[in-house]
Amino acid sequence: MMPAPFHGGVHPYEGKHLSRGSELTAPPAPAHVILPLRQHIGQPCIPCVKVGDTVQLGQRIADNEGLSAPIHASVSGTVLAIETRRHPVFGEMDAIVIANDYRDTPCAHIQPPTEPAALTPQQLLAAIRRAGIVGMGGAAFPTDAKLRSGMGRVDTLIANGCECEPYLTADETLLRRRCGEVLAGLCLLQRVLQPKTTVLAIEDNKPDAIAAVQSTLEQFPQVQLQVLPTRYPQGSEKQLIQSVTHREVPPGKLPGDVGCTVVNVATCHAAYRAVYEGRPLTERIVTVSGDAVAQPKNLLVPIGTPIGELIKACGGLRDNAWKVIAGGPMMGIAQRDLDAPVIKSTGAIVCLSRAHEAAAGTACIRCGRCVRACPVHLQPLYLYRFACAADYAALWRQHLTDCIECGCCSYICPAKLPLTEQFRSAKHALKEAKL
Amino acid sequence: MTLTVTSSPHIRDGLTTQRIMGQVLLALLPAIAVGVWQFGLRSALVLTVCLLTALAAEALFSRLVLRSNTVADGTAAVTGVLLGLTLPPAIPYPVAALGAAFAVVVVKGLFGGLGQNIFNPALAARAFLLLVFPAAMTRYTAPGQALPLFAPTADVTTAATPLHHMVVPALPSQSLGDVFLGRIGGSIGEVSAAALLLGGGYLLLRGVISWHIPAAYLATVSLTVFALHLTDHPLTWVAYNLCSGGILLGAFFMATDYVTSPVTRRGQLLYGIGCGALTVLFRRTGIFPGGVTYAILLMNGCVWTIDRLCQPRRFGAKKGGSL
Repeated sequence: MMPAPFHGGVHPYEGKHLSRGSELTAPPAPAHVILPLRQHIGQPCIPCVKVGDTVQLGQRIADNEGLSAPIHASVSGTVLAIETRRHPVFGEMDAIVIANDYRDTPCAHIQPPTEPAALTPQQLLAAIRRAGIVGMGGAAFPTDAKLRSGMGRVDTLIANGCECEPYLTADETLLRRRCGEVLAGLCLLQRVLQPKTTVLAIEDNKPDAIAAVQSTLEQFPQVQLQVLPTRYPQGSEKQLIQSVTHREVPPGKLPGDVGCTVVNVATCHAAYRAVYEGRPLTERIVTVSGDAVAQPKNLLVPIGTPIGELIKACGGLRDNAWKVIAGGPMMGIAQRDLDAPVIKSTGAIVCLSRAHEAAAGTACIRCGRCVRACPVHLQPLYLYRFACAADYAALWRQHLTDCIECGCCSYICPAKLPLTEQFRSAKHALKEAKL
Repeated sequence: MTLTVTSSPHIRDGLTTQRIMGQVLLALLPAIAVGVWQFGLRSALVLTVCLLTALAAEALFSRLVLRSNTVADGTAAVTGVLLGLTLPPAIPYPVAALGAAFAVVVVKGLFGGLGQNIFNPALAARAFLLLVFPAAMTRYTAPGQALPLFAPTADVTTAATPLHHMVVPALPSQSLGDVFLGRIGGSIGEVSAAALLLGGGYLLLRGVISWHIPAAYLATVSLTVFALHLTDHPLTWVAYNLCSGGILLGAFFMATDYVTSPVTRRGQLLYGIGCGALTVLFRRTGIFPGGVTYAILLMNGCVWTIDRLCQPRRFGAKKGGSL
């Protein structure tokens, strides 16, 4: 099927060449790691270790019932503290701090199953849950729960290798270097969901990753490669489903309701590690890039490594540094300082210089660019007017709740209005008002 | 080092309101050049008076009433130049200045400033001047005629514009070539179809405007005129209609004004069709030769309704289903 373009979107400066050329490097091991108890959507974890305990690499240190995902020690060492620490997304959050003993003593529980090919879907789900795997593209939804909700009703499984945010090349690097493992991981998920079609979607601005997939694909005849024309926010779940299947996820519904499940390629890779090597999710690739960091790179780091360590490994910040963002520049979270750790869903640290500061704006000139850019068919210029007037009835009528906060409207606005920013707080207010 | 913490997105496109206005002014240069070439230095002075008055009015009004300074956004400059281009070259300077001040203060400022006005400021000011100074506003001179720079122009020799003939209705005496290039009487900026097409093409190419409004506008005029003159050189009539009067200036530069036109593509098509139909109606029935001004102004008034009619389908809702 030909890719159907989703509506709207923008083409920001890509900047992917900054970090693309560098090989995947592992920075010096951090002296301590900070593992927040909340690195996923759902219930925060409850620690199952105490301060002073000795922990081994890969040991489960926190878990919870229900919608949650266990957290594992990403280095071996001693539990230094369980206290409130900086969190890259939530500002502050309870975290387990482990002092690294630099031995990386593996946990005795880490053992690959003798026969991975014989595992049933339920056993695969259990292994994925045990490994603490969550969506690594940014949403951090527990993967076993996502798969469970799609079982029996999904006809299309999509591996998301779009990585549409500017500067990011983490997924691309993973595909270039570990393509076989990603595809093998994807096939595990396929065994769970039993879809009719399994697609790996990549945007056409990653020729090396595409070439790597093409040369590996013959070992995986059940997977189709789909190369999509580059446009932000193609990697957003609903937009990718539209691009690949021509289906629109109705308001308030889930991908499973239109027969689709979307899983990030790094998540597929984590599933491979969990099932074939028995290893929990304790490390990930992070792109450190932007024009305010000296040597942009892709780093393979233990989860919990403070952002400052990553930046140090990339030659430090330049003097003109303006923002440090956990995630991409379109949807990422600006950091107050460099103390927050990398968590399971942190795909990038983007450092931007003052050159990115928006020019002075004007009043809305009704140019309509925001309407054309909105991938979910909203009319941001009117929503902005209603949001400024706190007209909640109108915001409700105009479906503000459909907004995916992709940032396209703010990005494209010639008047430089803070549209997305306003909508974020208006959605909050709308939620409060409804209660 | 202090890091800035604000909400995403953290990058912005380089296009700004100022830059858009700059591109509009650039696109008007060919029409300005032909106007000055055909009507002499006086027309350059008329444009300058309009520009400076609009800027001064914006500076004073925004400082005193809106408590901000919005001269730099370039919108007042565009309004001033656009108004100047719709005036006859022999217009008395005070009349031109009054028009520019009216456009900026009354039509835009009193409605709440940039983005809040319902009517196109330049066109609304032109309509105002047409009602208050009908003689001066219709005193068209022949191209190449030397106009006194500073002496009164009340008794200059006037010349018929192609539109005067067409109200009769008869095919104009001017050749199509002259009409296309701008060797005809008329307002300073409307005479050369070639120059306006050049400017309009530039705006389309740079993505400042889209084809929807001008295409719907011009296609509607063409089809209607063709149908009305089926037995009598229909194509010639269409050509004269498109190239004379303010249609091209209107279709590319006035009807496409962001603030006073619809935001959705469907809405823009509807609006363009309305502009075209009203223009033909006014040209054939009105006592004024120029129908473009009132056609666009009337459609300006419909924009809120058109926008409501043409809202995008809700994402994920069935086609044809509720919004």
